[in-house]
Amino acid sequence: MTSRVVRGVVLTVLGAFFLLPLVAMADFSTRGGLSGGRDLSAWRGIASDPVLVDGIVTSLELAVLTSLLMLVLLLPTMVWVRLRVPALRRTVEFLCLLPLIIPAVVLVVGIASLYSWVTYLLGDSALTLVFVYVVLVLPYAYRALDAGLDAMDLRTLSEAARSLGAGWWTILLRVVLPGARTAVLSACLLTVALVLGEFTLASLLNFPTLQVAIALAGKRDAALSIAVSLAALLLAFALLLALSVLGRRRTARSVAPVALTSGGPA
Amino acid sequence: MGAQYLDAFVRSLELSAITAVVGSVLGALLAWAVVTGRPDGVLRRVVTSAAGVLAQFGGVTLAFAFLATVGPVGLVTKVLADHGVDALSGGAWIFELPGLVLVYTYFQVPLMVIVFLPALDGLKPQWREAATGLGGTAWTYWRRVAGPVLAPAFLGSLLLLFANAFSAYATAAALVSQGAPIVPLQIRNLQTSEVLLGQQNLARALGFGMVVVVAVVMACYALLQRRTTRWLR
Repeated sequence: MTSRVVRGVVLTVLGAFFLLPLVAMADFSTRGGLSGGRDLSAWRGIASDPVLVDGIVTSLELAVLTSLLMLVLLLPTMVWVRLRVPALRRTVEFLCLLPLIIPAVVLVVGIASLYSWVTYLLGDSALTLVFVYVVLVLPYAYRALDAGLDAMDLRTLSEAARSLGAGWWTILLRVVLPGARTAVLSACLLTVALVLGEFTLASLLNFPTLQVAIALAGKRDAALSIAVSLAALLLAFALLLALSVLGRRRTARSVAPVALTSGGPA
Repeated sequence: MGAQYLDAFVRSLELSAITAVVGSVLGALLAWAVVTGRPDGVLRRVVTSAAGVLAQFGGVTLAFAFLATVGPVGLVTKVLADHGVDALSGGAWIFELPGLVLVYTYFQVPLMVIVFLPALDGLKPQWREAATGLGGTAWTYWRRVAGPVLAPAFLGSLLLLFANAFSAYATAAALVSQGAPIVPLQIRNLQTSEVLLGQQNLARALGFGMVVVVAVVMACYALLQRRTTRWLR
């Protein structure tokens, strides 16, 4: 009985603490100037602000590019390490988790001088950020993919495919990719969320991404940047909620056959 | 010359320690409240998704969220002012260290929920039944069984939160535009300053200092993690 009361109090108090800033954002971004009342000019302003629109487009492009590069880099490596050089697994894992130990603001100090070369060779497009972003998402993507590959019997499946005459490409594209599709999807969604929310590297390397544009807009029009912030938070929330629903459907399907074969009156 | 950097390190450590302790206690409570509900319920789904967003996505958006809440013309500030309370009587505290503590707590609690939920899930109902069967109360169960089993996981999560706060940059950068109370902002000043040229080496030294702190914390985390998995898997 007491635990029910405590639980109710905890949920109410923390719920209020977490909802209050979101409510305040909704309030702030719809204030009607000096005349009072409500208006949506800040929300309409999002689409008509060229810097902000550019930032949104750049960040979306970066999200797609980073997801692709992450998969191309990580998935074959992890499959290859598992099948051929399992002794290297700890090393690869450690390398992938390193970005958790090196703060992004420190990474930028080291990488700034390197980026003058990237700019020199590839031009100063913001899309070159994809190279650092791939490094940043490594820990999260690695763990998502690792769980997915753990859940499938990679060795048996790949040997079966090989004995049926499949090459490495076929195995990767037609066995591993479909088999680990939930893990691949969640690695991609984590990547998208991280890229859309990343500020440190973009701002210190002077690339105009979404978050940099928001911070910049905040200096002249607070209501506008608060409106974009709220929109971005809600979008990310929708993405993750969709992922969790997707994940549940997937487990429900894979658990069902086990339950059917392993119990009940024959 | 060196004193300002030492001060920044001390303040960074203070900020990380305070928000790690507050965040881990509140986060553990929230995780417990969620875990006692239905495992597949709406509450759990919504809380974990929201925690994922607020812990990872935060950054600049959180700075603006708190500007809209307790900033000079924020919602709470205005409501308090209507009731004759001046929330900003102590100066614009939101742009200084107290403000950072508040905003950091806002993303520390969700991170604690994410990392501590699996540990709570690992508590077996049989342990509770065994404790009750032997005549133990709820207090003895938490004091003698669940507490000791969860302790390494809790301490590990605390360290993770500490490292998280210590290396955070975006929120502070968006909130604090004058002065540099913490190390990441000192690095920003050195990195972007157009007045003090040739300070790259200093920025690198500060960066190395940060890496050392985080590496030590994460090494302790790895040790605790090994101990955690003995009981909870």
